[in-house]
Amino acid sequence: MKYLLALAVRSAWNRKLTLGLTLMSIALSVALLIGVERVRQDAQDSFSQSVSGTDLVVGARTSPVQLMLYAVFHIGDATNNIHWQTYKDIAANPAVAWTIPVSMGDSHHGFPVVGTTTDYFEHFHYGESQPLTFSDGKPFSGLFDAVIGAEVAQQLGYHLGDRITLSHGMGGIGLTEHADKPFTVVGILARTGTPVDRTVHVSLEAIEAIHLDWQGGAKIPGFSIPAEYVGKFDLTPKEVTAILVGLQSRAGVFRMQRYVNEYHAEPLLAVLPGVALDQLWQVVGVAERALLAVSGMVVVVGLCGLVAVILASLNERRRELAILRSVGARPMDVFLLLSAEGLFITLSGTLIGMALLTALTASLVPLIQSHYGLTIIPRFISYDELGLLGIVMGVSLLASLAPGYSAYKLSLSDGLTPRI
Amino acid sequence: MANNGVVKIENLSFRYPKADSACLDIQELHANAGDRIFVYGPSGSGKSTLLGLLGGVLSPERGTISLLGHELTKMSPSARDRLRADHIGFVFQQFNLIPYLSVTDNVLLSCRFSARRHSRAVASGCTLHGEAARLLDHLDIAPELRHRPVTQLSVGQQQRVAAARALIGRPEVVIADEPTSALDAERQIAFLDLLSRECIAANATLLFVSHDRRLASGFSLEISLPSLNRAQAAQEAA
Repeated sequence: MKYLLALAVRSAWNRKLTLGLTLMSIALSVALLIGVERVRQDAQDSFSQSVSGTDLVVGARTSPVQLMLYAVFHIGDATNNIHWQTYKDIAANPAVAWTIPVSMGDSHHGFPVVGTTTDYFEHFHYGESQPLTFSDGKPFSGLFDAVIGAEVAQQLGYHLGDRITLSHGMGGIGLTEHADKPFTVVGILARTGTPVDRTVHVSLEAIEAIHLDWQGGAKIPGFSIPAEYVGKFDLTPKEVTAILVGLQSRAGVFRMQRYVNEYHAEPLLAVLPGVALDQLWQVVGVAERALLAVSGMVVVVGLCGLVAVILASLNERRRELAILRSVGARPMDVFLLLSAEGLFITLSGTLIGMALLTALTASLVPLIQSHYGLTIIPRFISYDELGLLGIVMGVSLLASLAPGYSAYKLSLSDGLTPRI
Repeated sequence: MANNGVVKIENLSFRYPKADSACLDIQELHANAGDRIFVYGPSGSGKSTLLGLLGGVLSPERGTISLLGHELTKMSPSARDRLRADHIGFVFQQFNLIPYLSVTDNVLLSCRFSARRHSRAVASGCTLHGEAARLLDHLDIAPELRHRPVTQLSVGQQQRVAAARALIGRPEVVIADEPTSALDAERQIAFLDLLSRECIAANATLLFVSHDRRLASGFSLEISLPSLNRAQAAQEAA
């Protein structure tokens, strides 16, 4: 048995070019499969950890998924805003421990600008209830102070004291600038792996101030209020886009949700972030499952190639098998010899694929992090991936039986004298 | 177990699963220990079938084959495989060697599947490799060739390595199937002499199958398969 395995290895080595190519295709397909699974896992993890500790997200009535998209991920626009009075009502509710109002609509070089209060830096949590921390500077205090996320700072190369101007609207190109009222970077947040990294934070009052001389989404022609004079105006916000709400007790979450949903003055929607994130992930998840299915098919293609290569070599090896039979190998030995080859190739292909993936993730993690804001945790293997690899090995075991069986039949019919 | 009956075939008939008539039908064939038998077998005379039956990879329709007193027809296929490994050495026409193994590893292949031949080889040569080296020496394979890949050897050298593989561990029977057909006339005689000499030295029964009657001269007995095989005679008569 041991000799048979040694024989299988030496025989495989003898055909190292074709088998090597097959091995590479299996290694690559395994790396792809596990890579996709890994990105999928980490994307889902960082996705579901983009907000934590917030009991309710409140916005104008829309779909829960859309509310999450703009309130947490700052993607898309709100259909409607919430009146300031409504915000004050909700904040004053005895069940409510804290609130974070957010006001959106402006951007800076494609990064969303969020108007909020300093409560944001105190109460916003992400991941496993981690608070926001400053890698540099402090929360905004002056009117034209801005606190930027780690990603914004890194990509645009900003430091404390840099002056930035905001653009009206989302997107990057062709936007009108609030050039007359520049902001100063006073704080840079530490990296979180959440949308916070890509956000510019300013005070709600600042949002009011830069829009004083605006009406209906455009600058009023021939009318301008210089930055020095905005202090003379009432900068109390009239509207906010959404509110993140923390409750005194989680037990009251459904009562509070009902209160918001039945709020008399305007139509509102309150969602539980966990539930909405799950819903949102189900939408995104279709693509992600399709990707996994495609990479699974790539592995199947790799295994088919392997079986084809081994089967094709079988004809050339009939005499070799007859010699082995003549020195006493049983048909079962021949079966094992050929099956072992397939298994050996898949096993080493899988190992090489995993090594390749590990090396690749290790070297690409910073790049992925900075380009896609996706945190991939370098690791050799997880339990879920082990399950996938188990399936790959199981399928390859089944696939390897095919050449083994062909060789078995062939060695029975050829006996000692193959007819070639 | 009869002392001198190494190979004993009686009333043997064999038909391939899909054939409508028998391919081989032999009344009787005997070989004793130390016999060196030339089996004249032109193509189509049922030569391969006879080899398959003797080697235990084929099973006759009726009749008996016994090898060293073991009744092959009463044994399981894997027991027949073990019997073949323990007691028969084969030399084939050409491409006799496993291309990815060295000369020595090809010779030792016989000992990998048979514990009996392994221990007998060790007993007669102190070590397994020593015995392989001794046989290769006897068969005129220079020591520097022993660790080369077999693909670098000439056809004549390859056949002599195959002979060493057939002889190692002193099997009782050596079956050679056209081992010289790829060699030129001069080398044919030389190879035959070497093979005969080593079989005598090992006291092995040699069954030498060939279509070339000119080679029969040095053998103690000549058998003509076409006249022995009643199935073929019947076909030709029809």
